[in-house]
Amino acid sequence: MNGPEIIFTALAVIAAVAGILVVTTKNVVRGALYLVAVLGSIAAIFMLLGAEFIGWTQVLIYVGAIVVLLLFGLMLTRAPIGAARSVDNQQRGLALVVSASVFGVLTYLIWRGFGDKEIPLKQVVRTEDIGNSMFSNFILPFEAISILLLAALVGAIVLARRDK
Amino acid sequence: MNLALVLTLSALLFSIGVYGVLARRNAVLVLMSIELMLNSVNINLVAFGAHLQDALAAGQIFALFVIAIAAAEVGIGLAIVLLIFRNRETINVDEVDILKW
Repeated sequence: MNGPEIIFTALAVIAAVAGILVVTTKNVVRGALYLVAVLGSIAAIFMLLGAEFIGWTQVLIYVGAIVVLLLFGLMLTRAPIGAARSVDNQQRGLALVVSASVFGVLTYLIWRGFGDKEIPLKQVVRTEDIGNSMFSNFILPFEAISILLLAALVGAIVLARRDK
Repeated sequence: MNLALVLTLSALLFSIGVYGVLARRNAVLVLMSIELMLNSVNINLVAFGAHLQDALAAGQIFALFVIAIAAAEVGIGLAIVLLIFRNRETINVDEVDILKW
């Protein structure tokens, strides 16, 4: 293993352990805070792969906005602060079987198909490159995304407002 | 760096998200698991973009689009969760079964 792989493995272990804690913890507020650890280590992995703009966007939008929104959701639905009794349903065994088989099949296919491929780690995509590409080649999907965000904003307001 | 190593982390996070969606009762925890799955897709997109040395940076741009869609999804999802809580006094997804039978 070379240097980047060791750093990646350390970050991946943090992400995996915190991810398992997100879906197994009994304390729902702590689940949201473990999610911060997962998202933060994924942001570091993005920067390791040369995607600095995606990494910082991840920090801003996921850690800064989405986790806060989820915490507001927990607060407004009067989530239990301490450990809750019934955060899991009765299908835990079945869910474990399904997710383990998904992981097994995906891992087998990944190592069979891409086991000998390498990421060169030579190219750092700067914010300037992202901007140039997004506003020339990908302008149509960009506009579609902005319409989608507007529609989602209006939809969320219509859903959450109280009827008079 | 080995590409399959990064893709394996992505597969692991996706499976953890699948487990969370199937096993959790609290709707906000289900939304958190969906965030894990969307993030694993982003790792895939960025890893393949770095592997293919894409001149257009298409992998990273589509990762940005996925982040935008995740933000929209969590906004709408939490609005629906708040609406269900206001009407039913619960957000356990197995108790909201009025459309089930």
